[in-house]
Amino acid sequence: MNLFKLSWKYLTFRPLSTGLNVFLLALGLAIITVLLLIQDQFEKKMNQDAAGIDLVVGAKGSPLQIILSGVYHIDFPTGNIPMDEAQKLVKNRLVKKVIPMALGDNFQGFRIVGTNHDYPALYEVQLNGGKLWENPFEVILGAEVAEKTGVGIGDEFVGSHGISIGSHDHDANKFKVTGVLERKGNVLDRLILTSVESIWYAHDEGEAAETGDSTSVHEEPHEFNPQQSIATKGFPKTDESRELTALLIQYRNPMAAIQLPRLINSGTSMQAASPSFEMSRLFELLGVGITLLQGLAVVIIGISGLGIFIALYNSLKERKYDLAILRAIGASRIQLLLLIFLEGIMLTSIGAILGILLGHTFLSVIISYNEQGVVSTLQPWIFLMQELWIVVYALVVGVLASVIPAFAAYQTSIAKQLTKV
Amino acid sequence: MLFESKNLTYSHPGQRPLAFPDILLESGESMLVLGKSGSGKTTLLNLLAGLLKPEAGEVKLAGRNIATMKGQELDLFRGKEIGIVFQKPHLLAALNVKENLQMAHFLGKKKGHNIEQLLAELGLMDKANSSVLILSEGEAQRVSIARALANSPKLILADEPTSSLDDENAVRVVRLLQTQAAKIGAALIIVTHDQRVKAHIPNFVEVKAP
Repeated sequence: MNLFKLSWKYLTFRPLSTGLNVFLLALGLAIITVLLLIQDQFEKKMNQDAAGIDLVVGAKGSPLQIILSGVYHIDFPTGNIPMDEAQKLVKNRLVKKVIPMALGDNFQGFRIVGTNHDYPALYEVQLNGGKLWENPFEVILGAEVAEKTGVGIGDEFVGSHGISIGSHDHDANKFKVTGVLERKGNVLDRLILTSVESIWYAHDEGEAAETGDSTSVHEEPHEFNPQQSIATKGFPKTDESRELTALLIQYRNPMAAIQLPRLINSGTSMQAASPSFEMSRLFELLGVGITLLQGLAVVIIGISGLGIFIALYNSLKERKYDLAILRAIGASRIQLLLLIFLEGIMLTSIGAILGILLGHTFLSVIISYNEQGVVSTLQPWIFLMQELWIVVYALVVGVLASVIPAFAAYQTSIAKQLTKV
Repeated sequence: MLFESKNLTYSHPGQRPLAFPDILLESGESMLVLGKSGSGKTTLLNLLAGLLKPEAGEVKLAGRNIATMKGQELDLFRGKEIGIVFQKPHLLAALNVKENLQMAHFLGKKKGHNIEQLLAELGLMDKANSSVLILSEGEAQRVSIARALANSPKLILADEPTSSLDDENAVRVVRLLQTQAAKIGAALIIVTHDQRVKAHIPNFVEVKAP
């Protein structure tokens, strides 16, 4: 027997009240844990995915949408931009590098991105096997794509039109996998990369095969030659008027940040958007919701603290005689004080541990409901240093809730308690 | 002399001071404290146990004066050397029978009596792991006696230990207290107004209201 055991016995002696208080506290802490995990991983991920991209240029529309579709590949693109106009930007002295990007197809919901070799190089990602695309319709897969679809090097698959699952297939041409990227925990994990030309040709074939309708951008069906070379650097070479979806731009100098967006927005039919600016705008919008949730969590924790206080205080009334008996068989005042504090602290420690586990479980459930998209790339079982603070918060709640009951226990007069029967 | 109390006085706030008769006991001896209700019997017991501080006088157990001890020292001394049996058994409800006795060992920082052996002697062996809530009144009182004996104290104080028991259990409890006290060489003081007890213990002092 010792004080720990005695406290524990008293806690388990009132399982319902103890359980309710632990659960309330755990719930509040779980919400904070989830927010903490999402905030931390989202911010890291957002910054990681946008690293090295100073400006994204797309069709006129919402700048936030351009960023979400062009950098994070979660939203739909605003539309297409003419390539000849896009190509003019390369000659601008403020621009260091331009990566063209053509979207429009998917494979089982994973986006097929037409681009050049600069794009994987931007993220400094290595191939886990195979080689980068060299010919039309050769693709490399992101690590998660390879894992989820089960497609490997040398396999062929048919892309679907549109950037989300459920459209018709481009069954005229098959994509051939030449490589798989290593897992880096960034946006490339969820993408299929190929050349811009592959995207063009896939759509040309589709349109030609379907109707050859008059709304087609291209006057005549394109003759696709498999031996045709593709551009691995810079823009694809073509004589026709082709379109792209977005451009990723790196500035040559800080002056560009001021001049280039204005130049593009007013002087061309395109729209420029800065990832850092748009993301901070987005976080500002989300911030209201996060603050609200945090407030809710604090209220729940406050209530649970109050619950613990009331439970301890009420049980103290019933236990005055018990405490007097403990004193009579040799317990000191300090030991009774410790006994009550231990109860409060034990209760809140259990709540804290349960809350953290519950938070991680919540997150893993949320993730399992979102198999694709950004949420699916979150890691539910990463433990952060800040979670130690959650334990500290909980213990502070426990100590605060026990102060008054513990002091009352300290002051119990044994003789008085024992004489009144 | 194992135990002696001399010239004890105490006054409850707003009441006339109480003066108590002196008590002298050798190891293994027993003594009754008699008196009418409200005469201050329980106050005397609290003074002897160090639960109250006397205004004057001394309480000596094994050569140490309880009346001058303070705080943790007194609590620990009480846990080690004094076993108290209360009118109502009042066991710790969250613990089972055995754990109630272990608690005495822990708080007294002493392992005087083997708990299994003690329970067996008091006929409680089969109740060792039961909740104290399901014990009968007589059983509960025996457990509280076992708790008082657990640390092999030098002084056993009992406050009306038989008042809520039937004849059979009352006799049993008094015999038990006497034999166990004799066995461990402790002095036994029983505060009571129960005639059934007087038949077994001839020694007594009487507390009179002033």
